[in-house]
Amino acid sequence: MNKIRINFAAISVLMALLAGCASQAPKEQEPARVETGKPSITQVDPVVRPAVKDPVATPVKPPVVSGNPLKDPGNILSKRSIFYDYDSNVVKDEYKPIITAHARFLTQNRNRKIAIQGNTDERGSREYNIALGQRRADSVKQMMVLLGVQETQIEAVSFGEEKPRSQGKDEAAFSENRRSDIAYDGE
Amino acid sequence: MNTKTTFSFARRVVLGFLASILLAASPVHAQLRIEIVGGGSSQYPIALVPLKGEEQLPQKITDVVAADLSRSGLFKMIDGGGMPVIPSEPGEVIYPIFKARSADYLVIGSVSPLPGGNFDVRFRLLDVDKRTQLTSFAYQITPQQLRNTAHKIADAIYEKITGDIGVFSTRITYVVRKGTRFELQVADADGAGPQTVLASEEQILSPAWSPDGTRIAYVSFERKKPIVFVQSMVTGQRNAVANFRGSNSAPAWSPDGRRLAVVLTKDGNSQIYLITPEGGNATRLTSSGGIDTEPNFSPDGQSIIFTSDRGGSAQIYRVPVSGGTPERLTFDGSYNVSPRYAPDGKSFAFVQRNNGRFNIAVQDFASRQAQLLTENSMDESPTFSPNGRIILYATEVRGRGILAAVSSDGRVRQRFSAEAGDVREPAWGPSIKNP
Repeated sequence: MNKIRINFAAISVLMALLAGCASQAPKEQEPARVETGKPSITQVDPVVRPAVKDPVATPVKPPVVSGNPLKDPGNILSKRSIFYDYDSNVVKDEYKPIITAHARFLTQNRNRKIAIQGNTDERGSREYNIALGQRRADSVKQMMVLLGVQETQIEAVSFGEEKPRSQGKDEAAFSENRRSDIAYDGE
Repeated sequence: MNTKTTFSFARRVVLGFLASILLAASPVHAQLRIEIVGGGSSQYPIALVPLKGEEQLPQKITDVVAADLSRSGLFKMIDGGGMPVIPSEPGEVIYPIFKARSADYLVIGSVSPLPGGNFDVRFRLLDVDKRTQLTSFAYQITPQQLRNTAHKIADAIYEKITGDIGVFSTRITYVVRKGTRFELQVADADGAGPQTVLASEEQILSPAWSPDGTRIAYVSFERKKPIVFVQSMVTGQRNAVANFRGSNSAPAWSPDGRRLAVVLTKDGNSQIYLITPEGGNATRLTSSGGIDTEPNFSPDGQSIIFTSDRGGSAQIYRVPVSGGTPERLTFDGSYNVSPRYAPDGKSFAFVQRNNGRFNIAVQDFASRQAQLLTENSMDESPTFSPNGRIILYATEVRGRGILAAVSSDGRVRQRFSAEAGDVREPAWGPSIKNP
């Protein structure tokens, strides 16, 4: 527990630093509309859930992922996405437990490697958005390194606006697309 | 004596180019809606007499030449038919006929079969008033070279009469999305003969022609991250030339073709590096704590313009290729990106955001005055024609990517909407003159 408390303190310091940096970040979009403040997909609650939601659809399947914490829907390690406000690479509080959990897993499994893939919404230059997505991925990487993960375990890359999760053209869609995804080696 | 007819040529200047690009790139016929802004200009009246013997070809050369010239908007096509005998040599021309038709210029020539299935193609451009020859060419070609030869003839006519570089025989490249598939295509500047040079299940970005037109550098996501490749248009061979840890993107060729500027994140944030087109020797050019990206070489190879947020917002800067302190070039607004030098090096095109709309603008280096050229909402990726007269760019209509064009003086703005097709990332190839 002690260690975790220290880690969270470290994150707080880091977040303050990142917030300072982020205020200089260029705008990805105009702050035109009322910001909902919440991306449409947010699930950070590490409450254990049944692996299979609909038993009728898959009555005979055992919980195949039970042996793999990274794939177990009940495990926070199955959560891989961090969503951002517009014009920001700041990791919001609600996503910090995800990053902490993955950092802990990586420190306990030094042979595992991840890619952090930064993404943006579709507005603006494609190349500039690659750089913005890189900045988002880098901020997650920096947090994990601060939490003790080896740099060699993490490659921060960017998909820019090229891999939108939502094809929509409204703020709800854009907020789904402003994200970093964590992908483990072999996935 | 040169120019007589004045009418609003605005609708013609690049319409044909882009119409055919769209037709070529779309599985169904594009429906065009065209916005026209701009004044009139003058046109050169020219008569094309059918080349003697060209009726034996699958496609008449003069048809392609006439289509090229009329699409440029600078020529008025005068009827060159109805001769009792088709003249193919200057001595056979009855000038008063063309004088009566108000033609200032006249094109004659011949096509003769050669042994082995090849052709001898000759043409002459004549001045009707002075009854003199302005230029002439002879080509020995394969049947596959007929279209390209027609474009070269159109270029020769265009150059002799306007004094400007013709771009009818140049090529363009662009990326087409077909469902989940991405294709890098190359086509003639009139959109004919599109060829897929790379097909991928992952995105392809930022194609850039080598100055000699034999290679294209681009970014591919095929290995789950952006990597810069260079692909030969001659052999089809492709190599990953920037595949460092992190992201690799935004390739730009030096004018001598010996270096590539690329954006790497191997040392942290996105910064500009110089490498060889074979992938060696990454030398860091910029050093900022922010984003430096979208490099583009000046035509003289001495400077690079690029996008950076080092000043707090995305703006365009210029730095000597030898290094040094970058100079900020744009100050208007909070988002100026994707700079591209004009071929004469006197101005640059870029994308400017205004009230949430992204548009193409041009800024003069000397006066620092910027002019907004387009008025859609999602314009991006400007690319100059080799003669600098046209800027091709990508935009969006009803969620689909299309190509559009604007004359670089801003007098002609055009928008094309297509019923299908998703095209983006255009890059206009160089003008290669074969002696």
